[in-house]
Amino acid sequence: MAIGRQPARPMGEAEGLFKRPTWTNGLLSWLTTIDHKRLGIMYLLSGFFFLAVGTIESSLIRLQLARPEQNLLSPDVYNQMFTAHGVTMVFLAIMPIGIGLANYLVPLQIGARDLAFPRLNAFGYWVYFLAGLLFLSSWFLGGAPDVGWFAYAPLTSLSANPGHGTDFYMVGLFISGIGTLVTAMNLIVTIINMRAPGMTMMRMPMFTWMILVTMFLIVFAFPPLTIALFQVIMDRSFGTLFYVPEAGGLPILWQHLFWIFGHPEVYIIILPAFGAVSEIIPTFSRKPLFGYPVMVLSGIFIGFMGFAVWSHHMFTTGLGVVANTAFALTTVVIGIPTGAKIFNWLATLWGGSIRFTTAMLFAIGFIITFTMGGVTGIMLAIPPFDQQAQDSYFVVAHFHYVMGGGALLAFFGAIYYWFPKFTGRMLSENLGKIVFALIAGGLHIIFFPQHILGLLGMPRRTQTYFEGYGMSALNMLSTIGVFVAIIGALIFTFDFFRSLRSGKIAGNDPWDARTLEWSISSPPPEHDFDVLPIVTDRDAFWAAKHPELGHVEDVDRGNQQEPLDEPHGIHIPGQSWYPFLMSMALFVGGYCIIYNNWLLGSICFIAVLIFSYGWAFEGVGGRHVHLEENV
Amino acid sequence: MRKINRVRHRVLPIVMLALLSVVLSSCSLVGPQSTFSTAGPVAAKQMWLFNYTLWMSLVVIAGVGGFLAYSVVRFRRKSGEDVMPEQTHGNVVIEVGLILLSTVIVIAVAIPTVAINFETGSYVEPTEEDIIVDVVGYQWWWAFEYPEEGIVTANELHIPVGKRVILNLDSADVLHSFWVPKLAGKRDLIPNQDNQLWFIADEPGLYYGQCAELCLGAHAYMRFRVKVDTEEEYAAWLASFNDTEAVQVQADPLITKGQQLFKEKGCAACHAIQGYAVGQESKPNLTNFGLRYSLAAGVLDNTPENLAKWLRDPQAVKPGNYMPTLWAEDDPNREEEIEALVAYLLSLGNEQEQTAQVSVGGANGNW
Repeated sequence: MAIGRQPARPMGEAEGLFKRPTWTNGLLSWLTTIDHKRLGIMYLLSGFFFLAVGTIESSLIRLQLARPEQNLLSPDVYNQMFTAHGVTMVFLAIMPIGIGLANYLVPLQIGARDLAFPRLNAFGYWVYFLAGLLFLSSWFLGGAPDVGWFAYAPLTSLSANPGHGTDFYMVGLFISGIGTLVTAMNLIVTIINMRAPGMTMMRMPMFTWMILVTMFLIVFAFPPLTIALFQVIMDRSFGTLFYVPEAGGLPILWQHLFWIFGHPEVYIIILPAFGAVSEIIPTFSRKPLFGYPVMVLSGIFIGFMGFAVWSHHMFTTGLGVVANTAFALTTVVIGIPTGAKIFNWLATLWGGSIRFTTAMLFAIGFIITFTMGGVTGIMLAIPPFDQQAQDSYFVVAHFHYVMGGGALLAFFGAIYYWFPKFTGRMLSENLGKIVFALIAGGLHIIFFPQHILGLLGMPRRTQTYFEGYGMSALNMLSTIGVFVAIIGALIFTFDFFRSLRSGKIAGNDPWDARTLEWSISSPPPEHDFDVLPIVTDRDAFWAAKHPELGHVEDVDRGNQQEPLDEPHGIHIPGQSWYPFLMSMALFVGGYCIIYNNWLLGSICFIAVLIFSYGWAFEGVGGRHVHLEENV
Repeated sequence: MRKINRVRHRVLPIVMLALLSVVLSSCSLVGPQSTFSTAGPVAAKQMWLFNYTLWMSLVVIAGVGGFLAYSVVRFRRKSGEDVMPEQTHGNVVIEVGLILLSTVIVIAVAIPTVAINFETGSYVEPTEEDIIVDVVGYQWWWAFEYPEEGIVTANELHIPVGKRVILNLDSADVLHSFWVPKLAGKRDLIPNQDNQLWFIADEPGLYYGQCAELCLGAHAYMRFRVKVDTEEEYAAWLASFNDTEAVQVQADPLITKGQQLFKEKGCAACHAIQGYAVGQESKPNLTNFGLRYSLAAGVLDNTPENLAKWLRDPQAVKPGNYMPTLWAEDDPNREEEIEALVAYLLSLGNEQEQTAQVSVGGANGNW
């Protein structure tokens, strides 16, 4: 089952085009690595890089809006700026941070030594990162897309938008979607098949549970987006007429396809954040998560219902009163499982022994911020009110409370919480509290006034506004908030690099935590676990540390096995060039689609075929770690 | 250190509250596009739902926030303390109870939602009594056609007070969205799709509206006005479209010159003026332009100075729009010709009197 436990096969020489590389450090080792920990770190670093890019974009947006009738950014550049901001934050920053955490932590939390398909994992990362670079490169190649992050047809048609910006959006998302999909499947297979002995589904850490739900959401949500992107690419490159109104195309189809993806996407972003918060709060309350089964089921229910509410993004498109009512009802129902989650976090805190670490502060800040974003979500689910608030700054405030104030605060908490595990060193707790105050406070200063701006009649995506509408002071306040948050982010960045070199040594378990990743060294060895753990309980590591506390009563104890001895040592799968090379072929191929260069495009396509052939017949490779030698 | 931290935890909420009150006091909740000051039953019901859910939300936030604050203060770990709290895993009664509580809240939200949604959002069959207007969105202006009256105008919708107005919405290019916050929520203008929006205005006055769906370019400047007339005003406005021929016979030589320039400078190639220029359907109709309150699709008040500014450099007033700049900067005739055109345009539909200035509730209207 798990890697390292299959019978040893002869190593042999690698066949195929390239020998399996064996670099252990330097750039080449990172290009060819298939280690989930390294890839997780690469995801996180890339995510934070794109987060910085998105933040710069947002600060330019806010500078433009600081005062009425400014022309710091022309309307065209402004449109590009908020489109790039949205795409960067959603697809290149926040979602990959969640996936990066999953990459690093899921195998450690379930007691596995890597993901099920390590090379596929590397491929997923490279495709995402290169697609992100492809998207960003549009800034230097004639302008970023200017159609908004949901790119409503027919704004994307060739006649309305002849430049290449839209192509960068379509092709960038198309390619990065490939990476996201394979990673999702990889994590699903890993979680279902590779749990340590005794780790039943209902003993899985909540973070892993939420990742499992998230990955199912990705598998079902991305295909509709891919279809829609493909239609527009066909429209723009080959003259098909899916979204061309003059030829009878129905632009509303794009909105349906996009939001069948787009609403689950919101949960793809927020569920990993729920998971992280569900790890942080019990640890720093010294109590198990309250109502674990309800937390699991509510996560699944939220994910499932995520596919039944897409039209609440379309209450103003004239779907008719019956459809609007139906989607309003399915949407408010999501308030119930979400409320259950919030209540259970509160109940976990109740009666605990609460430690105010930075991670905990972020988690607490998350709860209240997310609750505020949640109630405005219920308001927006009401079609009559939504018709006032839709496409106004009220919506902007709402989803930034959920994604910025919600997911991002949770992920900052997650970084403070797991940084010692990733690096072996602690981030500064004193600076951390300042970072928390500035970022959480800054987010509220930015986004709270935007609720009122929306209700004062300020539509989103407008490059400017006029004096005399009561909007000037609030816009200025909102802009000030950005710089409060940026100061926090800069202190965080400073502390990040300082702590990497000279932070306090963390040790295995600096927080007195509960899950398996804290039972091994920080950072974990390449093979993760010397001996695969046997799990007898939820919060397996906590139970091992505190046998006197007794166990969860309703868990199944019938699935315990003896540890397998591993006479051949632990198999470390070999590195590979193919994931990176194949991603490069897709990356270059992406430009070929954008610029309609079919000769080079065909070459890239053939390269993908050749590399996948090489990948398939690469041979097992790798090496065995013998603990007696290593220890 | 711990003490300082604890102090900070008590100070932080106070600072946040202070900030919140600054935010709340810095905004007056009124403005020409404020959804708070409604002027018709549709908008009023929409905002009733906002107020209804706002109070519920405040209770939820206060409950969650209060419980959160109380628990983290009461159960905080004191320095040097090492207690092992009771390991509670859950409590069926509490969990089911809270889920039921959320369900009750959701039902309480759902009932008026469904009722008001059917009341304000249903498709209505037009009757004799209704005012029907076909609205077409263009990048970046609005065409309003009254099919029954045979009137075409742009960027300014006249409706009588107290009557149901039914708008048939369509777009000529990309998506737009029709939004007059004080009268009704928005409805999108979608090519190849017949959308309907209806509302009733209770108070005569001038209402501000704006396109609410990204349409590139001058999207932020794609505004419009809705003038709610009394019955008499509305009848007079309709009648003004019948005697447009009179405009052509003008005594003022400046106006006559402007009228000629309108064709010579190429304005007439795009803009229609009933009885004088055919123009194009896809460009704003300027019939009775002198009666309008705003120009450049609601961007500026319609005054002689603003109109001159607009003609002199359209891109400076409304960046990205399609109106060409007609004069080079060093053109010696520029100011003279602009003066004549301004005089002519403002005379349309409005032979003697100056453009009436209507005071707008809450807004000073001066930019």
